[in-house]
Amino acid sequence: MDMRAAFGRTAAGLVYEDPRVALVLAEISVSAYFEETIARHPERTVNIGIMEQTMVGVAAGFAMEGFYPIAHSLSPFMSERPYEQLKLDFGYQGLGGTFVGSGGSYDYAAEGATHHAAADATLMLAIPGMEVLVPGHGSEVEALLRATYANDRPTYMRTSMAVNAHGFEVAPGRSEVLRRGASGTLVAFGPMLSRTLEACEGLDVNVLYSTSLRPFDATALASVVDHGTPVITIEPFYEGTAAMVVTEVLAHLPVRFASVGVPRAFIHGYGTWSDLDADVGLDAASVRRRISDAIYPNARNGSAS
Amino acid sequence: MRTLMARATGDEKHEESSTSTLDALWVLYDRILRVDPADPEAEDRDRFLLSKGHGPVAFYAILAAKGFFPEAWLDAFMEHGGRLGSHPDRTLVPGVEASTGSLGHGLAMGVGVALALRAKGLLEQRVVVLCGDAELNEGSNWEAVLLAPHLGLGNLTLIVIDNHSSTPSMASWTERLGSFGWRTQVVDGHDHEALEAAFIVRDERVPAAVVADIPEGEW
Repeated sequence: MDMRAAFGRTAAGLVYEDPRVALVLAEISVSAYFEETIARHPERTVNIGIMEQTMVGVAAGFAMEGFYPIAHSLSPFMSERPYEQLKLDFGYQGLGGTFVGSGGSYDYAAEGATHHAAADATLMLAIPGMEVLVPGHGSEVEALLRATYANDRPTYMRTSMAVNAHGFEVAPGRSEVLRRGASGTLVAFGPMLSRTLEACEGLDVNVLYSTSLRPFDATALASVVDHGTPVITIEPFYEGTAAMVVTEVLAHLPVRFASVGVPRAFIHGYGTWSDLDADVGLDAASVRRRISDAIYPNARNGSAS
Repeated sequence: MRTLMARATGDEKHEESSTSTLDALWVLYDRILRVDPADPEAEDRDRFLLSKGHGPVAFYAILAAKGFFPEAWLDAFMEHGGRLGSHPDRTLVPGVEASTGSLGHGLAMGVGVALALRAKGLLEQRVVVLCGDAELNEGSNWEAVLLAPHLGLGNLTLIVIDNHSSTPSMASWTERLGSFGWRTQVVDGHDHEALEAAFIVRDERVPAAVVADIPEGEW
């Protein structure tokens, strides 16, 4: 199920269901999902035009008055352009709100790097108290949005075109242990799950699935990690993003840590998001190679497979 | 009021950003805003956001004088363990609606508050945002300046304390704001009667901007 459509349907539904929800939009997704919502509830559904700093500031004003604001744009314009408003108007002021970025790391690949945002999760984690959700399926977008929109905490949700084959019953702060093994532990975030399961076929590894970077399920990870075996995060954003939350769990364990994610370099190229996945080493075959390199770093040719 | 300000700063030479706001703030809190120090979060209150955040000693002195918090708090201005910083923190100070200091945040939040009041049916209440003239150099303000008339926010008033603190002078603010659709007035920033008369003006669908002029070199 398409995540952006799932967001549109769920957010509109919340406006109808809960009179405390205020939807603040900056043109993006208005014509696709929200024209009827604006017509029915113009007092709480506002398209302010392309002004993302003000979108977040206006959302903060609604939050100051007890509403549950939801703001939305493409990922770079939701996370980077209004960063100080997210940090101060919400984080510092202690207000709750939901910020939904669409476009993953480089979903709008043909648009070029102006429309990429592989740093979104890194930036959001750097705001104290900001919760960061990474659904991997449209059904998970709905579940996570419904679970968090009224929790009075700031929450960033990263949606992407890449989706897993199946949705799971997910909740903020919870990971699922999908496989058990003895050679290492893979933590797949959001839309990386399906390709991780494909990539680790035949490997004797634990596989955790997480849709929640903060809060992170420390208990689930601690329950499967074995001394001396590596922990490898499979991340749809810049590699090492999840290290901030995962390594806290590993502080008392003698384990190696590796991250498979988007390399920290600007992409100068076009095509589709899956074209770029292959270019940066995040298609299933590349993920398998990178996982194997991390588990068996001394193997000939860097691979045991 | 200046004695209270001196209590915070330890002398009577207050920085320009604070003293230039004193008269406008006093008129607001003494004659315009419906706020209750005993219940600073009352639903039916008017909302005031000190957008610029800078030079808040006048703001603190007035809040203390009106009873929002004990005057003794002024003694610990900017000190470790005190509640009154060089920029106000809404989580520490009763009567402070917004934590500000980084320029260009208050007006957008004020637009959101004005929309929220309208959504709640609180149509008599008003939102007042105070900016400095140099603060208006920040582009984020102009997003909100563009937006507020479009949304018909007659419950929103922007006060610009024009103490000519911006080195590159880009006024006239009344011309700029008027061209964006605001009802504008310019008054002597020290004249209480003129400030009150300007602040009272309220149109049903047009946001109001009051430029309180503080001649250059005057505090």
